[in-house]
Amino acid sequence: MSDVIARRPIWSLIIILAVAILVWLVFSIWTPGMEAMFGRKRVFLSALFNGITLGALYFLVASGFTLIFGLMRNVNLAHGSLYLFGGYLGYSIGEWSGSWLVALVVAFLVVALVGVLMQVLLFRWMEGQDLRQTLVTIGLSIIFADLLLWNYGGDTFQVTAPDWLSGPVTLPFAVALRSNGEAVMMTYPLVRIAILVGAIILGVLMWLALNRTRVGMLVRAGVDDRDMLSATGVRVQLVFVMVFAFGAGLAGLAGVVGGTFQSLQPGEDTRILLSSLVVVIVGGMGSIPGAAVGALIVGLAEQFGSVYMPTYAVMLTFIIMVAVLAVRPEGLAARR
Amino acid sequence: MRKTLAAAVAACFVAASPAAIAQEKLKIGVMATLSGALTSGGEDGVRGVQIAAKELGNKMAGREFEFIITATDASPDSALRAARKLVEQDKVQLIIGPLSGSEGIAMRDYSKTVPNLVMINGSSGALETTFVNPSPNFFRFNSDGAMWMAGLGEYVLKDKGFKKISVIAEDYSFPYTQVFGFALGYCRAGGEITQRQWVPLGTKDFGSVIANIPDDVDAVFLGLGGGDAVNFLNQYSQTGGKAKFIGGSIMVDQTVLSSKGAAKKLLVGTPSSGGVADAWDDPRWKAWVKAYQDAFPADKRFASPSLFATNYYNAVKALAVAMEKVKGDISDGGAKLRAELAKVELDAPNGKIKLDDNRQAIATTFITEVAELPNGDLTNKFVRAVPDVTQTLGLSLEAFKAVGLPSRTNPECKK
Repeated sequence: MSDVIARRPIWSLIIILAVAILVWLVFSIWTPGMEAMFGRKRVFLSALFNGITLGALYFLVASGFTLIFGLMRNVNLAHGSLYLFGGYLGYSIGEWSGSWLVALVVAFLVVALVGVLMQVLLFRWMEGQDLRQTLVTIGLSIIFADLLLWNYGGDTFQVTAPDWLSGPVTLPFAVALRSNGEAVMMTYPLVRIAILVGAIILGVLMWLALNRTRVGMLVRAGVDDRDMLSATGVRVQLVFVMVFAFGAGLAGLAGVVGGTFQSLQPGEDTRILLSSLVVVIVGGMGSIPGAAVGALIVGLAEQFGSVYMPTYAVMLTFIIMVAVLAVRPEGLAARR
Repeated sequence: MRKTLAAAVAACFVAASPAAIAQEKLKIGVMATLSGALTSGGEDGVRGVQIAAKELGNKMAGREFEFIITATDASPDSALRAARKLVEQDKVQLIIGPLSGSEGIAMRDYSKTVPNLVMINGSSGALETTFVNPSPNFFRFNSDGAMWMAGLGEYVLKDKGFKKISVIAEDYSFPYTQVFGFALGYCRAGGEITQRQWVPLGTKDFGSVIANIPDDVDAVFLGLGGGDAVNFLNQYSQTGGKAKFIGGSIMVDQTVLSSKGAAKKLLVGTPSSGGVADAWDDPRWKAWVKAYQDAFPADKRFASPSLFATNYYNAVKALAVAMEKVKGDISDGGAKLRAELAKVELDAPNGKIKLDDNRQAIATTFITEVAELPNGDLTNKFVRAVPDVTQTLGLSLEAFKAVGLPSRTNPECKK
C-alpha cells in the first residue's frame, strides 16, 4: 500500500481526497447552500446507493461475460439471452416452489447447463474462428428471444422477493434535521442491500478461486496463453466447459436478481447485453477486477445521470466508454 | 426479430379463411409494437384486429382480406421502416397503425409522401399528429393523449382533494400530451404542479427518481406505461413509500393491471381517465368485452380488452364501414375511400366516435378508478363519462393555440 503511494504520490493524494470528500458528503448534515447546489441530500445518497447496487447487478452479468471472453476469445452475444432465460426460469420456479432461494439456485444450474451445451455442441467445433463464433451467438440470441416471447409472451414479469427481503430498512445516515433537531434517517430497500452484499461476496469468492486455487491457476494460465497451457498436458477443453458453465450460470442468476428488483420483458436481453459490453470495455476485457470497476462506474453514471441530467443520462454511459477508449483503450483495470 | 410471431399470426388468418379465392385478397398492413417496452400493448392491439376480422367474416365489401402484421418498437424510425416495408415490399394501400405517440408523428409525415395510401391510426395519441400540419390520408378514430385526460384534473382536485402534485412521466410525445391535457384542467381549477420528472422510455431503475419525489405533495401523477410502469411500482413498494397516485391512461391500462407480481396492487384506488373503462355497464361495451374474452383463452389475453385492443378494433371497423360505402373500390388511389372515411360515424364499444376537419376523432373520455375484483384481478371502475371531447378540450381554437404545444414544461402550472 505504502509502495503504491510512494510510486504515484499525486494520484494517491487525489484519490484519498476524493474518498474523504465522499465520506464527508455521506455523513454530514447538509447546509442549505449545499442543498441548493446538489439538491436534497436524500436524493444524492439514494443515487449513490442505487448506482452501487445497479453496479452489483451489472457485475454479476459482466463477470461471466468477461471470463468467457478472456479465456476463449468468444464474444458471447447470447449472454443477454441467458440472463433473460434465467430470469423467466426463476419466475416460474419461484411461483411453483414459493422460494426465492430455490429459484436462484435452479436458475444458476439450468442456465449453466445451457452454457455447457452451447460450448460442447457449438463452440468447440469452431474454435479459434472468432468471427464465426460471434455470428453464431447472434443467431442464438435471436432464437432464444423468439422462444422466450413465444412461451412467456410480451407481459412484464417480476420475480417475487421473499418476505424477509421486502420493505425498507433504516440506514445510519442522517439526511435532514427536523425543526426540533431530531435527525431524519435514510430508508432504503432491503432487497437492494442484500443484492449488493451478495455480489460483493461472490466477487471476493471469484477472486479467491481465481488466485488461490489450482483451477483458478489453470484459468489464468489459459487467459494468458491457452496453446501453451494445453501443451503442458492440461485438459483445456474441460476448463473451457467449466468456465462457460460458470459464466452462463452467473448470467442466469443475475436474471433472477434483475427480475426481483427490476422486471423481465422482451428486449431486456439486448439491453443487459449492451450494458455488459460497456462494462467490460470500460473495465478491460477478460479481467474480473475490471468488470467490478466498470460495473460500478456504469451503475453510478446511470443513476447520477438520471437525477442530475435526465435528458442526457443515456448518453453519459457512452461518453464514459468513448473517453476510456480514447485514453486507455485496453480498459481501466487491464494489465498493460 | 419478432417477425416469427407476426408471421405465425398472419399464417393463422390464411389458414382460417375459406379456400375459394375469387379475386385477389385485399392486403391490409398492421403496425404494432411487438418489441420493446410496449410489447404487451402491441400484442393486445393485434388481438383487437383479429376479433374485428372474425366479426367481419374476413371480408370487407364482399372482398376477402388478410392482415400483414409488422413489428415496431415504439420508436419513430422503427415505424418508418415498418411502413416502408408494407408499402414498398408488400404493396399494401391500407395500413392500420401505429401504436405509440412519436410513431404517429412520423407516420403523419410519411403518409404525405405516399398519396394513394390510406392510413388509419392504431392507438397513437400525440396531439401534433392531427393538430399540426395534418396529413390528408391519416385518420384517427381515437382521442389523443390530452383528450383522454379531459375532466380528470377537475375530478382529482374537487373530489379527491389533491391540491399539490408532482409528475413522473416518460420523456416522449405521448406523456407530454397527457400531462398537457391533465394540467390544462387541473391548473385552471386551481391545482399546482410543483415538479416534473421526465425519464427516458425504457427506464429500469427508478430508485433515484423515487427519492426525488417531494415530501409535501398530495399525490404523484404517473405518466408511465408497460414495463416502465411495473418497474416503478415494484421499486416504489420496495422503498415502502405511501404516496397517492394519479394514473395516465396507459399507467392503469390492462397492460399494467395484468402484469405478474404483487406491486400493481399499489394502484388500487388510483384515479385515472382514458378511452376505455373496464367495468362500464354499457351494453355495447359489455358485448365487446365478451367477444374479447371468448376469442382467446384466459392466459393468452388480458382480463378485459385494453385501450390498445379497443382502438385497433375500432380502426378496422371504421375501415370496413367506409369500404362498404365505396364497394371495396380503391383503384382510384383511395380518393373515394378517404372521402367516406372522413364521414364515418362509429357506434363503438367505447362510445360514439366521429371525425373533425383534421380527421381526428371526437369521442368519449372515461374517468375511472382502479379497484380490486374478488378474484384478485384489478379493474378500472367506471366513475363518469365525459362525452364528445374535442381536440381543443372545449376551448376555442385561438385560446387552445395560445396555450402552445405540449412539451416538458408547457403548460406552466404555478401559483
